[in-house]
Amino acid sequence: MKRMAGLFLIVLTLAGVLWAEGTLSINGAGATFPYPMYSKWFDEYHKKNASIQINYQSIGSGGGIKQVTEGTVDFGASDGPMNDEQLKTYQDKHGFAILHFPTVLGADVPSYNIAGVTGELNFTPEAISGIFLGKITKWNDPAIASANKGVKLPGDDIVVVHRSDGSGTTYIWTDYLSKVSDEWKNKVGKGTSVNWPKGLGGKGNEGVAGLVKQTPNSFGYIELIYAIQNKMPYGRVRNSSGAFVKADLAGVTAAASGAAKDMPDDFRVSITNAPGKTAYPISSFTWLLIPSKFSDASKRDAIKGFVSWMLADGQNYAEALSYAKLPKEVVAKEKNALANVQ
Amino acid sequence: MRLVTFLFAASVVLVTLLLVFELWRGSVLPRHKFGFAFFVTSVWDPIFDQFGALPFIYGTLITAGVSLLIAVPLGLGAAIFLAELAPARVSDTLEFFIDLLAAVPSVIYGLLGVFIVIPLMREYIQPALKKSLGFLPLFQGPAYGVGFLTAGVVLAIMVIPYIISVSREVLLSVPRDQREAALALGATRWESTWKVVVPYARSGIMGSIFLALARALGETMAVTMVIGNTPTISASLFSPGYSIAAVIANEFTEATGDLYLQSLIELGLVLFLLTFILNGMARLLIVLTAQRGSGMGNA
Repeated sequence: MKRMAGLFLIVLTLAGVLWAEGTLSINGAGATFPYPMYSKWFDEYHKKNASIQINYQSIGSGGGIKQVTEGTVDFGASDGPMNDEQLKTYQDKHGFAILHFPTVLGADVPSYNIAGVTGELNFTPEAISGIFLGKITKWNDPAIASANKGVKLPGDDIVVVHRSDGSGTTYIWTDYLSKVSDEWKNKVGKGTSVNWPKGLGGKGNEGVAGLVKQTPNSFGYIELIYAIQNKMPYGRVRNSSGAFVKADLAGVTAAASGAAKDMPDDFRVSITNAPGKTAYPISSFTWLLIPSKFSDASKRDAIKGFVSWMLADGQNYAEALSYAKLPKEVVAKEKNALANVQ
Repeated sequence: MRLVTFLFAASVVLVTLLLVFELWRGSVLPRHKFGFAFFVTSVWDPIFDQFGALPFIYGTLITAGVSLLIAVPLGLGAAIFLAELAPARVSDTLEFFIDLLAAVPSVIYGLLGVFIVIPLMREYIQPALKKSLGFLPLFQGPAYGVGFLTAGVVLAIMVIPYIISVSREVLLSVPRDQREAALALGATRWESTWKVVVPYARSGIMGSIFLALARALGETMAVTMVIGNTPTISASLFSPGYSIAAVIANEFTEATGDLYLQSLIELGLVLFLLTFILNGMARLLIVLTAQRGSGMGNA
């Protein structure tokens, strides 16, 4: 018995050594919004390539940018692209650049709770920005009513609800508002948290959804995935071609496809209010942040291998988890860009 | 042996000092940029890099104040009942449940706030307050359900168990002779309790209140779920607000930019100072009141 136990121990130790030898561990950190997608990908990729283990901590986009800049993780992830100043900080610190790789797309939808209104409302960009700026205060304001003929809107005050925690969802929403309203751009701006002119703050999608559901005459924004999974009602938004579009995964991919023509080489692009008849206007990429140089060649190959897989087979997992796929134009462009990782 | 225990005791001081040092070191940028203005301005704008802590300080103090206004009379009343009037069996059973309440995680109280207190506030309590006391600036404005008052009520529910539990222990430890002497002099039961036992236990009761205050000041999760998370300074308790602990928890993870991050750290320092000052005042109060014949030591 004792012998068996001893043998078992030896085998276990050997296996441990071999496993440790054979497994390449790669660490990443960042955005919370794509976390379910990433953990699925890393899991599937590990199943296919047993020797590569990618660990990801969803500590938030800000944390992801910070950690990858400090070099404590191998790659980062963010819901908003790094700004020029952050890129420069990275370049100065490391001597080489950091690259953005879009992975999937997300979108925000306007949700509301008005007594007696059950149908889907139409929202113009002017209505949404007016409500969030605090200029449109009543539901029966002509700016809202004119897009919703036949719906009886009450004369009650609109209760605005926004996210209180810093989030990629807020980044997409404020990026959109900055594009459709100059006043918003100059007064508030875009970011993961902003100085809201008005409204109540809810923590997380569930916090905003909870406040919208509970508070009569409320209006707030939530992530498309959350709205779909929790069957929250949400409205249509008028896109840049003048069509009212209800958000779905195809519409989000269409927005990315519409923006692909003008895609800059570093992929740092906002696709809110993108052109295209079917494009849903409040959409955004989420990015992996990958250093352009690796001192460890095996890590570099593993990360490049993963990104190529993610761009091909990996994309097929997206819709089951309610993320919108990348359009093929962007995939092709990213495959070329992968050569810049050395 | 003595040295070892001394080291243990000293480690507490050391940790506190380290904490202050870290907070101080981590908030260099906003201290230089805003200086004292950080405490007295009220714009919090991560995009344009303007940071002022006033609405958060205000929200923290108001919610803690409201919670004590509700919790102290209720908690003290309950403690007096449990210590002086209730049969021992009832008292011990209830004490068990009270200790249980004190151990409930704060997120549970937050959920209680979201699903029960907020709707009650919006539908019944706030409209009723508006109708009866609406002439006061305290009870004006739209009733969203979330806000200072709701946060104060949820905090009160959270801190009452502390007040009851500690106060009960303190009241129970008042020597029997004190009561008997009062009764022998012809005092009624209530007079002996209110005029002899409670004053005797005064410093211990104060201790329980300040324990409750400390919890109310630092509470994060439950507050952020019900306060409305809007940096406002408003006389109305119906208005949504924000507290220091809540804004740190909300914005820390996504805070990019050094000034932004360091401003959040400076908020942490402010919260620390606030707790420190209030605790100091509490000690002072205990010392001052203790001179008027109180037998209890520090509790």
